[in-house]
Amino acid sequence: MRAIPTDRGACPFDPPAGMADEPLSKVRLSNGDQVWLVTRHDLVRQVLGDTRFSSEIDGGFLDVPLHAVQPQPGMFIQMDPPEHTRLRRLLTGRFTVQRMQRLRPRIEQIVTERLDALERAPRPADLVAEFALPIPSLVICELLGVPYAERASFQEAGARLLTLTGTQEELEEAMMRLGGYLAELIARKRAEPGEGLLDDLLDSGLSDEELVGIAILLLIAGHETTANMISLGTLLLLQHPDQLALVRQSPEAARTAVDELLRYLSIVDVGMFRRASTDLELDGQIIKEGEFVTCSLAAANRDPALLDRPEELEVSRPKAPHVAFGFGPHQCLGQNLARLEMEIAYPALFRRLPDLRLAVPLEKVPFKSDMAIYGVHRLEVEW
Amino acid sequence: MVIKVDRERCASSGQCALTAPEVFAQDEEDGRVVLLDEHATGPEVRRATTGCPTQAISSD
Repeated sequence: MRAIPTDRGACPFDPPAGMADEPLSKVRLSNGDQVWLVTRHDLVRQVLGDTRFSSEIDGGFLDVPLHAVQPQPGMFIQMDPPEHTRLRRLLTGRFTVQRMQRLRPRIEQIVTERLDALERAPRPADLVAEFALPIPSLVICELLGVPYAERASFQEAGARLLTLTGTQEELEEAMMRLGGYLAELIARKRAEPGEGLLDDLLDSGLSDEELVGIAILLLIAGHETTANMISLGTLLLLQHPDQLALVRQSPEAARTAVDELLRYLSIVDVGMFRRASTDLELDGQIIKEGEFVTCSLAAANRDPALLDRPEELEVSRPKAPHVAFGFGPHQCLGQNLARLEMEIAYPALFRRLPDLRLAVPLEKVPFKSDMAIYGVHRLEVEW
Repeated sequence: MVIKVDRERCASSGQCALTAPEVFAQDEEDGRVVLLDEHATGPEVRRATTGCPTQAISSD
């Protein structure tokens, strides 16, 4: 039996080679466990849209950082309805399309300030440290009410939780550290509430443990996803100057480019597992109760049944119903925030620095093959 | 054709409000779907229907 493919082969922007060889097959994890791997778009939607494929998993999967450690209270991505619904609905009103649009002026201001800082930085500059990470970090910190100045207490621990190479002890230690910081922050907020989503949740009937779990989720999700999309998307567009020019020149293309880049790059791929809560049929195959299923979102997003020319990056094409944000009741809560941040950041960067280019050969760029969320560790750029 | 939405299934992803903002909005309180025009038709409505992650939109 083959392992889950991880080798990206010749192209760092494509899904691992061989990922889509079978629409549904059993694969082996490094610890010897076997799971079903689903790669076809319609089957991925079927699994993620059906809560009988349960999200309640007890930990112990080292290949999958989020499933390596025991789920904490409040971590609703690892819950099923009705508990999942109860917690998620406390938050969904804060992430609506309309509400995110009201953040546009503030995000534009943050992007402008980071571009000013980038221009002042010594060259070559690291686009991740100067631009791609600070933007979503500042935005999510303000939204949650987490002091950005205290980021040393949570950025590194959050990133560590997503490493594929960590031991069980290292991952648990990072979770303890991040949870400890947020528990202390929530105690401070209880004494003196401020302005932010976490402050507003203080009186919503949640226990402090649940609040910490929610805060861990939102803080990690708000950092690691958009930061990687901004940096990896920029790198991809630098390889496609005609597409980059469209993003720079056309506000409409800058908007459609976001979902095309999300689809094409699928930075969260086989990150989440499901467990069959009863015997379930999938594509004529019985998935037995207790068996685990994971989906390759990257493979599903290159499925020829999803759209024409799936291997081509076409930033002007209409939004395809891709699964880069997942599918079903667990689909990404912050997706419309992520879209807005990207829609603002890419064209602003390419307009301010029209000569933006890589300062090292592509082969020297450190890709995040060691992380649960794909991207680049650093991106040395010149202009 | 009349559009129907199932607010119990809705997960508040906002896909429909993003795709067809003249037809769908989101409740300010919990982000769940609000149907603005049950008689709307067209490619955006079809895209919003197929794109809904919880299949909470239908037509009959």
